[in-house]
Amino acid sequence: MYTSLTNRRKFIKKMAMLSAMTAAATMFPGILFADEQEKGLPDGDINWTKAPCRFCGVGCGVLVGTENGKAVAVKGDPKSTVNKGLLCVKGYHQIMCLQAKDRLTHALVKKNGTYVQTPIQEALDLVASKMKETIEKHGKDAVAMYTSGQSTIPEGYVASKFMKGAIGTNNLDCNARLCMASAVTGFLTSFGADEPMGCYEDIDHADVFVLWGNNMAEMHPVLFSRMLEQKNRRGAKIIDFATRTTRTSMAADKSILFKPQSDLAVANAICYEIIKNGWVNTSFVEKHCSFNKGLTNMGYGLEDNYKFKDKPEKIDFKAYKKFLEDYTPEKVEKISGVSVKDIKYMAAYFGDPNKKVVSYWCMGINQHTRGTWMNNLVYNIHLLTGKISQPGNGPFSLTGQPSACGTAREVGTFTHKLPKGVVTNEKHRRLAAKIWKVPYERIPSKPTYHATEMFRAVDRGEIKFIWTQVTNPLVSLPKTSRYRPGMEKDSCFVVVSDVFPTPTSDVADVILPASWHIEKSGLYGNSERRTQHWDKMVEGPGETTPDAWMTIEVAKRMGFGDLFPYSEENHVEEIYNEYRQFHEGDKHGMAPLEVLKSQPGAIWPYVNGKSTQWRFNAKYDPACSNNEDFHFYGKPDGRAVIWQRPYEPAPEEPDNEYPFWLNTGRVIEHWHTGSMTRRIPVLHKAMPNAYVELHPKDAERLQIKNGDKVKLITRRGEIIMPASVNQRGIPTPLQVFVPFFDENMLINDLTLDSFCPISKEPDYKKCAVRVEKV
Amino acid sequence: MPIKSYLAHPHNGKKNELVQALSRIDQCEVMPAQNKDLLILITETESNTEEEILKEKLEALKSLKLLAMVSGFNTPQKN
Repeated sequence: MYTSLTNRRKFIKKMAMLSAMTAAATMFPGILFADEQEKGLPDGDINWTKAPCRFCGVGCGVLVGTENGKAVAVKGDPKSTVNKGLLCVKGYHQIMCLQAKDRLTHALVKKNGTYVQTPIQEALDLVASKMKETIEKHGKDAVAMYTSGQSTIPEGYVASKFMKGAIGTNNLDCNARLCMASAVTGFLTSFGADEPMGCYEDIDHADVFVLWGNNMAEMHPVLFSRMLEQKNRRGAKIIDFATRTTRTSMAADKSILFKPQSDLAVANAICYEIIKNGWVNTSFVEKHCSFNKGLTNMGYGLEDNYKFKDKPEKIDFKAYKKFLEDYTPEKVEKISGVSVKDIKYMAAYFGDPNKKVVSYWCMGINQHTRGTWMNNLVYNIHLLTGKISQPGNGPFSLTGQPSACGTAREVGTFTHKLPKGVVTNEKHRRLAAKIWKVPYERIPSKPTYHATEMFRAVDRGEIKFIWTQVTNPLVSLPKTSRYRPGMEKDSCFVVVSDVFPTPTSDVADVILPASWHIEKSGLYGNSERRTQHWDKMVEGPGETTPDAWMTIEVAKRMGFGDLFPYSEENHVEEIYNEYRQFHEGDKHGMAPLEVLKSQPGAIWPYVNGKSTQWRFNAKYDPACSNNEDFHFYGKPDGRAVIWQRPYEPAPEEPDNEYPFWLNTGRVIEHWHTGSMTRRIPVLHKAMPNAYVELHPKDAERLQIKNGDKVKLITRRGEIIMPASVNQRGIPTPLQVFVPFFDENMLINDLTLDSFCPISKEPDYKKCAVRVEKV
Repeated sequence: MPIKSYLAHPHNGKKNELVQALSRIDQCEVMPAQNKDLLILITETESNTEEEILKEKLEALKSLKLLAMVSGFNTPQKN
C-alpha cells in the first residue's frame, strides 16, 4: 500500500492521531481540534468517495480517500446525518485490513489434504458440479447456503433467488439469526411489520435514554457520543440497565444491575407500576392497542429438530392487569436483585407524560432464550404510555451488522423469508415467482433449517453441501465444540467465500476469494431503515470476485443462466432495480438508485421523494390510512399488540458444580469474530487477545489477580485465558464475561446452543461455568 | 518501533504547561483540544528500550494528571 517505510509510519501516526481524536470526541462531545481537522488527512491528490462504514449496524457515512488506485485514508462524512462526521476507532482504521499479508487472493481447492491454488473459473466449475451432483443424488434439501448481515443487498438478493427461486429449497439462512432474529419476531408479533419505527434523530429529541443490556459506549460508540452530547447540552438522562458495569455505565447518569434473565421480570414490573400509578395513556391504548397472550414453558431448543409454534390468544386489559400482579416491584426485587426504588425510578420516567423516552437494545435482549418476549415487553412499556413513533419517543432495536436490516431482514435471507413476506404465504410466493420469472410451485412453502439447526443438520449428515459467504460460523456459532467436528466430516462438501482465512475456511473443501467492501459496488441497510450505496473504489488483488457475482456464475453453470441475466459491470444496479419491485408502495418503498448515489442514503418507506422518519404516525408516514393520529398498519386491525409474557428461568443456571454465569460479547476494538480487525495492527495491538472478566470479590476469593491464567469449564468444554480484574468491565458477582473476537481462544466452544423458541436466536449471554485458577 | 497515541489529561490550570513540556520531548507530538482540558499525544520511538525511557520521562511530568493509551476510549485503571 505504501512505497516507503517513512510514508507508512507517517500514515500510521496520522491514524493513531485520528483514533485519539475519536476517543476524545466520544468522551467529550463537541471537543474541537480545529487546526488538525482543517489540515485534513494525508497530502496529495486524494479522491474522496462516500460509502457506509464496513462494520456495525449504525451505518456511519465514511469518505474513503484513494490515490493512484489505492485506498489511503478514511474520514467521517460530515454530510451523513447518521454520524455527522464522527467515526469510531474501527471505522477510521478499516481500510488497513487490506494490507494484511494473508489476504485470500485466489481460489484454493483442497486436494489430498492440501490447499492448491486454482483458477477461479475452475473453482466455480467445481462448486457448481458438486452442488448439482449433491442435488441429483440426495435431493435439493441436501444443499444449503449460509450468508450474512454483512452481505450487500445484491448479494443477499441473488442468494435468495438462487436457492429459493432457482433450485427450489428454503435451505438459506444467515448469521443475522444469531443477532437480530428476536428483534424481527418482536416487531412482527407486536406490530406486524419489521424494523424500528423511529430513527437516529430521536437522539436529538429524547429526554431519557434507557439502555437495556446494551453497552453502547463500546458497541455503538458514535450513537453513544451523540447521546452524550445531548446529556451535556440539554441534560438528557442515560440509564444503563445491565448485568455488567461497563464504560456505558461509567458515563450514564444511573447504572442499574440485574441478575441474568431477570430483565423479563423487571420489564413486567415497570408495566405494573405504570398501570398502578395511572400513567397509562388510556386514549392511545384504547384506540391503537390490543392484548394477547401466548404459550409458555416453550422449552429452549436444546434438542435437535426442536419445533415450536406460538398460539396467540386475545385477552383484555383486565386480564393483563391481573397477570401483572405477579410482578410487583417487591416481588421482582427478589428475582432480579434490582431494588424496589430503582424499578420505580425507571417506571417513573416512562410514566411521566412530560418526558420523552427512547429505549435502545441490541444483543442483551435479542440473544436471549426469551428474546422475542423481551422485545415484546419493551414495546409494552412504550405502548402503554403511548411513547412511540414520535420524535424522541420510541423503542429502538439496534443492529450489530452493517446490513442486518438491509439484507438479512429486508431482502430476507432467512429460511422462512422472501424479499417481500414469508414462504408460508401463497401471495408472497406468487409475487416472488412473478418477479423472479420462475414457476410458483418451485418455491417451497415450508421453512427448513434456521442457523443452529442448519449446522446440526450438517453434523447429522443431512446437509451434504454448504456454502458460507461473508461469515465465520466456526467462531460465531454457539457450541462450536459440536459444529466444528460436524463441518469437518467427509459427509459434507464445504465451500467458504471470504476475504481472509478463518477457522471456518480451515475446514473448507473450496475457498473462494471474495472482494472486500470498497473493491466492489454495493448497498447496505442500517438500523434506522437507511439504505446506502457505494461505488467500487479500488481493484481487488488477484482473482478476488464479488460474492454476488460468484453466486451468479455458479447459478449459470447449474443451468439457471436465464434467471440471472445481469452483466458483470452493472450487476449491482440491475439487481437493485429488480429487487425494488418487491417493495413498491407507501409501506416499504425503496429510494431509486440515483437518489442513493447522490446522498448518504435514504430511509424507507421512501415516498414521493421523501424518507419516512417515523412510521405509524400519520404526521410523518403517508401509509397511515385510518384517519387517526397513529396507524399500526402491519396488523390487519391496525392495532399494535401488548403481549402478556411471563418471567421464566434460563435453561442452564449456575449450580454447585458450575457456580458462575458465563456471559459473552464484544469489545470496541474488534468487530465480531475479529477476522478483519485483528489484521489491523493498531486495533490488534490495543486488544491482542481475549480475557475473562471477574468481579473483584470473586477474584479475591479465588486468589486470582489481574493477568493470572484462569480455566473456564462448562458442560461443553474448557478453556484457559488471562483474568481481567477491575479493568474495562466488571461483571456482577458470580458472573464472568468473555469477548468472542479471538479465534485463538474460542469461547463459543463452551457456550450453550439454546435459543428463543420463536425467533430461533441463540442465547450467548447465559450458561453455567466453573472458574479455576490455573 | 512503537507509535502510540494517548489522551493526556493535565492537572487543573496546567494545560499550557503540559503542552510545553511535551513539545520539548523529541519523540512526542502534541495536539491540544481547543475547548477542553485535554491533549492528544502521539509518541514515536525506535525501540522498546527507548519507549520505556520515554514512559519514565512522561510519568515524571508534574503537570500530567493522567495518561491513557487510546484504543477508542480512556480506560480508568483501578488497580
